[in-house]
Amino acid sequence: MKYVDEFRDPELAKTLLAEIERLLPKIKTTSQRPLQIMEFCGGHTHTIFRYGLEQLLPKTIELIHGPGCPVCVLPMGRVDDCIALAERPEVIFTTFGDAMRVPGSRKNLLQAKADGADVRMVYSPLDALELAKKNPDREVIFFALGFETTMPSTALTVLQAAEDNVKNFSLFCNHITTVPTIKAILDSPSMQLDGFVAPGHVSMVVGEEPFHFVANLYKKPIVITGFEPIDILQSLWLLIKQIAEGRCQVENQYARVVATGGNSPGLAAMASVFELRDYFEWRGLGSIDQSGVKMTEAYSHFDAEKKFSMPNLKVADPELCQCGEVLRGAIKPWQCQLFGTACTPETPMGALMVSSEGACAAYYNFGNLQEIMTLKEKSIS
Amino acid sequence: MNSSPMRKRSGIVRGQSIDMSHGSGGKAMRDLIEDIFVGSFDNDLLAPLEDQARIDLSLLTAQGNRLAFTTDSYVVHPIFFNGGDIGTLAINGTVNDLAVGGAIPLYLTCGMIIEEGLAVDDLRLIATSMKTAASKAGVKIVSGDTKVVERGAADKIFINTSGIGVIPAHINVGAGNAQAGDVVLINGHLGDHGAAIIGARGDLALENNIASDCCALNHLISDLLKACPEVHCLRDATRGGVATVLNEFARASEVCIKIDEKALPIRAEVRGICEILGIDPLYLANEGKLVAVVPATYAQVALEAMRQNEAGKDSTIIAEIFAAPKETVILKTIFGGERIVDMLVGDQLPRIC
Repeated sequence: MKYVDEFRDPELAKTLLAEIERLLPKIKTTSQRPLQIMEFCGGHTHTIFRYGLEQLLPKTIELIHGPGCPVCVLPMGRVDDCIALAERPEVIFTTFGDAMRVPGSRKNLLQAKADGADVRMVYSPLDALELAKKNPDREVIFFALGFETTMPSTALTVLQAAEDNVKNFSLFCNHITTVPTIKAILDSPSMQLDGFVAPGHVSMVVGEEPFHFVANLYKKPIVITGFEPIDILQSLWLLIKQIAEGRCQVENQYARVVATGGNSPGLAAMASVFELRDYFEWRGLGSIDQSGVKMTEAYSHFDAEKKFSMPNLKVADPELCQCGEVLRGAIKPWQCQLFGTACTPETPMGALMVSSEGACAAYYNFGNLQEIMTLKEKSIS
Repeated sequence: MNSSPMRKRSGIVRGQSIDMSHGSGGKAMRDLIEDIFVGSFDNDLLAPLEDQARIDLSLLTAQGNRLAFTTDSYVVHPIFFNGGDIGTLAINGTVNDLAVGGAIPLYLTCGMIIEEGLAVDDLRLIATSMKTAASKAGVKIVSGDTKVVERGAADKIFINTSGIGVIPAHINVGAGNAQAGDVVLINGHLGDHGAAIIGARGDLALENNIASDCCALNHLISDLLKACPEVHCLRDATRGGVATVLNEFARASEVCIKIDEKALPIRAEVRGICEILGIDPLYLANEGKLVAVVPATYAQVALEAMRQNEAGKDSTIIAEIFAAPKETVILKTIFGGERIVDMLVGDQLPRIC
């Protein structure tokens, strides 16, 4: 398939891996202290597992799977709010598919649907707006979530709803921001990261500029990266080249999609509809300042949080969950005491087991074969 | 069905849509059955329209020593799609469930639950599809039942078909028979049905021309078994796709199945849909895909026999079987990396970004 197969070429992969091997002797690493590189985005995590990339890399490079899966980091209290909204008889609650299985404290949206709530899966917020126009006697709420990647489409939908004077449409806004979260990771005391694979589609919206602080202030190399296996290998090569040459820069491997200045009409729409929250709660990571957005005063009549009362309770993560440590790269998913036993994709306890982009689900589904087999032996015996 | 004598009478159903009277047991129901079902399914065993079909045992025992008996319900939405409809599915699905046991499919029953408001013309189309599919597969619909339910109690039409077939004495296929050294064959492209249904639902605004692969596999299986009676396992990959069938084989046979990603036959259009939605074609539904496990020494004979049949012209080897790690399906990626291919937890949910 054109524009896809080129980026999955095994020969090209071999060349890149050989180049990476060639650079490594110039960097001081040991197997006790390997190079730690974080891919922030769940889409990258998915690709790494899907193509078995980790097994192909030298042992002195360790990939840390970051918190960039918006479904995974959604706190339980917010899911409970979704369910309270969905269970109102006048409401049609619309959501992206992979948010349906995120556990709340009592149930998830799939179970709420089975219990009679009108929950519908959509592929775009515009589908939700269309549904509102077709059902004028119902309130259609769109469960808006995701990083900057999905914000422009939500923002444009709200602008469209305003223009069409649709009164029965609102957002339950759970959009989160990338930059404050990367900063929180960099500020965490146990942080040892040597470089970042930066999210490609977030960058497509925000451009290169917001990542400069990583290179300038924190002196870490960072490469904006696409989502095909060759993209990731090329970025790792670029990162290792920077480290070997003692440079710290923002580089753009995904130039075929990411413009230096980002997507200005998208950013303009976001600026009129959304503003930063003082703080937002993340599952596994806790509260992070300015890491989420809410709706601006001008569009507050589309804000489900203003239109309806919600439980709005903070629900603590299950005590034994070690999602936070996995997210910070302190432990590997399979080192969590719940992994594969109490916490599986069928019955996720922790956030990272929920979506296929979560690090734990990726390990569980696609497997670091050796480790999974050991666990399997243990559970059988 | 109503036990009083019925006749084949065409064009007597009045009105344009099915209403509650068509399920009432009275005259309207009788007209519906005589016009649409008896007209379409016409055969010697159905014709007496008793409450049950009566089958001569000697006809069965002449063909084998075991009876295969299966049932399946069809609730597909939408009921018409590129390459078939709910009627085609209802026949081929049950025929295939019999055939993958090594059975010769013979007789089917048909239970219909119709939501009031279904267009009579749609019901006629579905019955015609069933007739065509049944005659292609060489099976007879010998008994039936019709119920009409209120709007909202069903989604247009649900069909249940049960079927019986006979397994010849020398045939012994089973999910638990796979052994190290066997190979896995498939009769063509993965995921066409799933992709056709996604297209027919239309809620993605993705246009495609992919037709469902819906077809009966019994003739193909018969050709395969004739050429290679040593076949170890047979199953048709429906919901859950090829990945699910291979997991079932790996568990039942306590073996490791290693899929070669490079060898998987997937149409460019189907790959395109999967790429856009973030779903895996290995788990996409099929309705005419046979997964066969045969000893490696018979692989070429089996492949050639399958390729001679229209339903098997694109047959190919996709995986090999090893002794360990037991009960595991592994995909060898195009890069030479390996990953586990597990059963799905639920439906594949599209990823958001």
